[in-house]
Amino acid sequence: MDYATNLALTLPEVVLGIGGVLLMMVSAWGGPGSTRAVSWTAVAVLGGAVIALLGPAGGGGEAFDGLYRADAFSTFAKVLIYVATAVSILIAPDFFRRTAGDDLRPEYPVLMLFSALGMGMMVSAVDLLTLYVGLEMQSLAAYVLASFVRRDLRSAEAGLKYFVLGSLASGILLYGVSLVYGFTGTTMFDGIAAAYAADAAEPARSLGLVFGLVFVFAGLAFKIAAVPFHMWTPDVYQGAPTPVTAFFASAPKVAAMALAVRVAVEAMGPVTDQWRQIVIFAALASIILGAVGAIGQSNVKRLLAYSSINNVGFALIGLAAGTAEGVAGVLTYMAIYIAMTLGSFLVVLQMRDVNGIQVESIASLSGMSRTRPALAAAMAMFMFSLAGIPPLFGFYAKFAVFDAAVAAGLFPLAAIGVAASVIGAYYYLRIVKTMYFDEPAPAFHKGDEGALQGGLIAVAAVVISPLGYLAIPFLGAWSMAAARALF
Amino acid sequence: MDGFPILSLMLAVPALAAIACLFLPADTARWTALAATLVDFVLGILLWANYDVGGAQWQFVEQGARFGFFAWDLGIDGFALMLIMLSVFLMPICIGASWRSVTNRVPEYMAAFLLTEVLMIGTFAAQDLFLFYLFFEAGLIPMYLIIGIWGGANRIYASYKFFLYTLLGSLLMLVAMLYMARTAGTSSIPALQAYDFPADVQTWLWLAFFASFAVKMPMWPVHTWLPDAHVQAPTAGSVILAGVLLKLGGYGFLRFSLPMFPEASGQLTWLIFALSAVAVIYTSLVALVQADMKKLIAYSSVAHMAIVTIGLFAFNRQGIEGALVMMLSHGLVSGALFLCVGVIYDRLHTREIARYGGLSINMPRYALFFLFFTMASIGLPGTSGFVAEFLSLMGTYQVSTWIALLCTTSIILGAAYMLYLYRRIAYGEITSEEVRGMSDLSSRELWLLAPIAAAVLWMGVYPESFLAPMRKDVAVLLQRIDRAAPPSDSNPTPGNPAAARAMQAHHETTPGEAHH
Repeated sequence: MDYATNLALTLPEVVLGIGGVLLMMVSAWGGPGSTRAVSWTAVAVLGGAVIALLGPAGGGGEAFDGLYRADAFSTFAKVLIYVATAVSILIAPDFFRRTAGDDLRPEYPVLMLFSALGMGMMVSAVDLLTLYVGLEMQSLAAYVLASFVRRDLRSAEAGLKYFVLGSLASGILLYGVSLVYGFTGTTMFDGIAAAYAADAAEPARSLGLVFGLVFVFAGLAFKIAAVPFHMWTPDVYQGAPTPVTAFFASAPKVAAMALAVRVAVEAMGPVTDQWRQIVIFAALASIILGAVGAIGQSNVKRLLAYSSINNVGFALIGLAAGTAEGVAGVLTYMAIYIAMTLGSFLVVLQMRDVNGIQVESIASLSGMSRTRPALAAAMAMFMFSLAGIPPLFGFYAKFAVFDAAVAAGLFPLAAIGVAASVIGAYYYLRIVKTMYFDEPAPAFHKGDEGALQGGLIAVAAVVISPLGYLAIPFLGAWSMAAARALF
Repeated sequence: MDGFPILSLMLAVPALAAIACLFLPADTARWTALAATLVDFVLGILLWANYDVGGAQWQFVEQGARFGFFAWDLGIDGFALMLIMLSVFLMPICIGASWRSVTNRVPEYMAAFLLTEVLMIGTFAAQDLFLFYLFFEAGLIPMYLIIGIWGGANRIYASYKFFLYTLLGSLLMLVAMLYMARTAGTSSIPALQAYDFPADVQTWLWLAFFASFAVKMPMWPVHTWLPDAHVQAPTAGSVILAGVLLKLGGYGFLRFSLPMFPEASGQLTWLIFALSAVAVIYTSLVALVQADMKKLIAYSSVAHMAIVTIGLFAFNRQGIEGALVMMLSHGLVSGALFLCVGVIYDRLHTREIARYGGLSINMPRYALFFLFFTMASIGLPGTSGFVAEFLSLMGTYQVSTWIALLCTTSIILGAAYMLYLYRRIAYGEITSEEVRGMSDLSSRELWLLAPIAAAVLWMGVYPESFLAPMRKDVAVLLQRIDRAAPPSDSNPTPGNPAAARAMQAHHETTPGEAHH
């Protein structure tokens, strides 16, 4: 395979890489004044990366001697990642202009681009080292983004916390990788799968392989914030600037989830029965802990952090099925989850007191249905959708993963999972209750959303409204095609 | 009416009106809601008029587009027709009942009610398992908002309780539905009604559906959300809750549990009977000591719903028809009773029984209507309640004499708590000035109560109109479940035709004896 073909297969990453480096130059010379131009150009670069997926990069096969694969699965994940990243770039300038401190600096979109580049590598990796490089590339950018408001103590704390715990998780993952490499003799997924298959056929199983599997899953669980590796999430989500939190809750979640799915199915598919136990535990623990932990929260960002833990648990139910349908369910779940979570954070960005200062307490939402009825209606839709109440589209997300679990015969998992989702419904209802049943808070900003943010909220609301059901045939076929690529 | 999508139209009219209401000022929203519900009522009458009694089992069938996991398949049989009629009949009355009493956020209120109407009709008309589930569960959202925004003092607790209780039940049902659709390879309700699941699987599926319908019904001991929700909901919310939403549980048993899992239904009949018997006696006694009017009627609802469940699980024609008439009758009567409570609540703003008394003196017309509905609730012959209780209990007697004995106390206890309530409200001397100042029914309130009273009388005097559309469906259902019918303990002595003939022959041969 010649070099040109390799580059064609990795075109989205090439576009993002070159675009990122050039924009970094622009921002270095242009200074803060270039923020607006750099932001829009970064969005355009992401759009270019999506267009690049139409070519061979959208499903052309392996590049660089089997280190990297472009298939339907990676394409699905990449589209979600790039869209979520673009939205996270677009919502930032307003937020930074309103908060005390510096205006947005042009490094923000550039870091986002590099993070997106890393995530693209993560979802395309079919080799443990490609995987690691992609993961670190994404994480390094994310650490900086978390502490982007330099003078804010909480933001700095969030960045540091994320960095320390993220490094620990990377260490655990690397340790698992080294064990897997040591016992299989390869870092390529297909070779690892063959080694696991051969091992599974033997009566005396290799303990080292099982250990490797456990450590790899532990490292991945940290990245998707599944229980019991979730502790960093609430602090980081609360401390990071809200647009960055929106980003954390969307794009890297998709990337890490896609990565986990690929490793589980492609590299460790022959030992599905062994990792299924881990996934089932992580799924149920995440659902329950995410739901129970959210109940006592008074900060809306912390609440959404627990909500993301909860949602990851539901997505993992699809993975626990271990079938193509289950993987399709995970992808469907993540696609709908992104619309819901970005929509929620867009509304959180609109929470301002009379002076236009951002507020984050749930109590400040009081009576929002009177002061800003359209915004409250959108938020109520997001909350009901996150709780999985039909006819909103979030119901279909849960339906897809539970259907896969039932098809795989995991009835207790499905029954406990749905029962625990009632706990989750409680705190989503609490937001609706605060907005609709409580008397209006004395001071709430009455301005309009601005065309861009209002438009984005409206788009998210339409996607998760019953109109979203019209997309089911398309979404179902596409996610199924993506899942088939792994089997 | 072949091919005309009347059911979709009945869903579309209130749905569009609901969206329109959100953007209208209060007064226009009221009129829009009233117009939309009346249009739906007219459509409902057309539906009934064009329903071919004794014709195909499923009529007005619409096979729509398929959206991945569910299809837009609508169609009704006699059961659904009657319950849709009940919904569209009560809906304009609900809007009318809220005309003056709701002044806060009227557009949203009207939109929530219209949305509820869409979801109720959809639940009854859905022919696809998951379409049914969508409508069934989506109904939680508007009702949650109605209780929470326009409810009484303790509305937030009640709204949470209502939502989470019913959600837990229906989610377990969802898992069962997923399994059924997987195993049978179809999500079409008519097809699933003909599919035989293995008996051991049926038990699990039955229990999962039971979890949902028992809460909706509500059956003892998961009825506790109902008194809270009723007490806190605004009047029209109570009417729709008692009138239609409680019927979803009975409809679910009828549509899913019985025909889809006949063996499990037969085996678990004892559970239904036991819970229902407890409910009849326990909740009637609880109703007797209530100091709050709405709570009293709420508990009486639980007792009446228990009569529905025993009738349904009697596995014979009288029982099932009685249960159906009970659902319709209770929908009308308890709805009307809540309206009666609403009438005096609007004047005095309290539901405490002790604050009233002597209303028959200064509100004679009101006292008359209230007495009529009280009697209908007790089951006085000539009212719909009598037909319902008589048929249900007669059906039950053929299966279990003991349960029939226990459940018949509902008539006695019902008379006790309803008459006691009526005595305290309407009879005696007027003791307080504020009660003396209360005015009699306005013409608007008269127009709300009179149609219900007419319907109750009609159903009590000539129930055939309501039974005819359902007769064939009952036969189909019985044919399906007969093989699993539980053993009977009543052993009625069969008539002795031989002896009767001999007696007759004897009379004919000796005509002279007739003179003695």
